[in-house]
Amino acid sequence: MARTALPGRLTWQAATVTAVRQETPSARTLVLDVPGWPGHLPGQHLDLRLTAEDGYSAQRSYSIASDWPGDGPVEITIQRLEDGEVSPYLTDVVETGDKIELRGPIGGWFVWRPAQPAPVLLVAGGSGVVPLMSMIRERGRLRARQPFRVIYSVRTPEDACFADELKRRVRDDAGLDVHFVYTRSAPDGWPAPPKRIDVATINSHGWPPDFAPDVFVCGPTSFVETVADILVALGHDPKKIRTERFGGK
Amino acid sequence: MGIISRGFGGRRRDSAPDLPPGQYLTHDFPVLSAGPTPRIPLDRWSFTITTEAGQKHTWDWARFTALPSEEITRDIHCVTKWSKLGTTWKGVSLDTLFADVETAADYVMAHSKGGYTTNVPLEDLLDGQAWIAYEFDGEPLDPEHGGPARLLIPHLYFWKSAKWVNGLEMMHEDEPGFWEAAGYHMYGDPWHEQRYQGD
Ligand SMILES: Cc1cc2nc3c(=O)[nH]c(=O)nc-3n(C[C@H](O)[C@H](O)[C@H](O)COP(=O)(O)OP(=O)(O)OC[C@H]3O[C@@H](n4cnc5c(N)ncnc54)[C@H](O)[C@@H]3O)c2cc1C
Repeated sequence: MARTALPGRLTWQAATVTAVRQETPSARTLVLDVPGWPGHLPGQHLDLRLTAEDGYSAQRSYSIASDWPGDGPVEITIQRLEDGEVSPYLTDVVETGDKIELRGPIGGWFVWRPAQPAPVLLVAGGSGVVPLMSMIRERGRLRARQPFRVIYSVRTPEDACFADELKRRVRDDAGLDVHFVYTRSAPDGWPAPPKRIDVATINSHGWPPDFAPDVFVCGPTSFVETVADILVALGHDPKKIRTERFGGK
Repeated sequence: MGIISRGFGGRRRDSAPDLPPGQYLTHDFPVLSAGPTPRIPLDRWSFTITTEAGQKHTWDWARFTALPSEEITRDIHCVTKWSKLGTTWKGVSLDTLFADVETAADYVMAHSKGGYTTNVPLEDLLDGQAWIAYEFDGEPLDPEHGGPARLLIPHLYFWKSAKWVNGLEMMHEDEPGFWEAAGYHMYGDPWHEQRYQGD
């Protein structure tokens, strides 16, 4: 496997929340001003640290949702887990003007590099769409030619993050295709009943293995396991399948 | 101490005893891997130690599982922040596997099915600190968690405990493996919070 230069030291720094955006009833985007942010590649994440009055602290990883045009804010999108320690704080308590400690960017593998000419397949389960959104945005900004197919599994239509933006991009970004999978309830008039992602979905809405696409799969662990297994069974080269597992069952 | 997060109390659902800095306790067994989970049939499994002189020591599944094994109970700490206490494993000590290996090299590159690698100093593998584990919680190790067999080095962050391990290669110089080249720490001591390069 190719060797890459080792990046420099990652230090904690205070970011300021400059805006918050409700994406769905249970997911929110934090727009962060991070002084001196070195920039990031689409797919990377950052580590965030919360500290209580008594010094107790908790760290979690969050993928970066925004692309990087050279400056500007860094956006993360958080899905609230009802019994979670950190995510409900980020979706319900944090307000514009608050400071949050973070460090990053982190990760050099789950990254789409626009210089890679292969077609791309992105498969998202729930909040797993976040790092994939950064790839879609980067591609749009660069007007990159690689065709992107996106399969995005959500419980119900109202659980889809970035739905309006995705709709707009499918119209405006040539070569971008998005297919939704609804697992609990589908929109009125949807041609199929709700179902989990399966071989047929990936066969019809992914790329054939012969096209040797770069594949990125992200979401809860069991979702990623299922999708990666299907891709391998369909004949995709395991080395071309990059995965990010967010946790959970 | 970091800046205070307004209105954050923390949940601290588990009165966690001694966890390394930045870690939280989980009772699940989360999964961190870079790609699909490989399924490796036991009749195709093998494990090889290659010395700096190119000498190979190879075990197939039958020979490997015939070696003396140990029950291991240890805490494990993943770089993605979860820790799990008192996990129980069965495996072969690397002291056993290295018994007939002649080497003067100080570093090891662990190789796994699929091309993943991770680097470890040899002294961290010996003296009862590391195993090739093939059972978890009394059951054959799940492919998702690295089965049929994975490296187990509980005193380092868990990415060093390479899943689907199929070989160790001796090296004179320390070189970054797969995760390390992607920005993770060369050594990875959770008690010193060596998550990333430069920590
Ligand atoms: C590299 C990486 C990138 C990530 N990016 C994002 C992101 O962009 N957006 C985002 O919302 N989250 C992301 N996550 C997950 C995030 O780090 C936290 O795990 C998540 O927010 C839950 O934290 P919590 O403190 O609220 O819950 P915790 O208190 O840690 O856990 C509460 C319960 O939820 C379970 N659980 C933990 N994670 C999940 C999950 N993903 N799905 C279902 N159940 C879970 C736990 O096992 C536990 O039972 C990412 C994780 C990783 C490793």
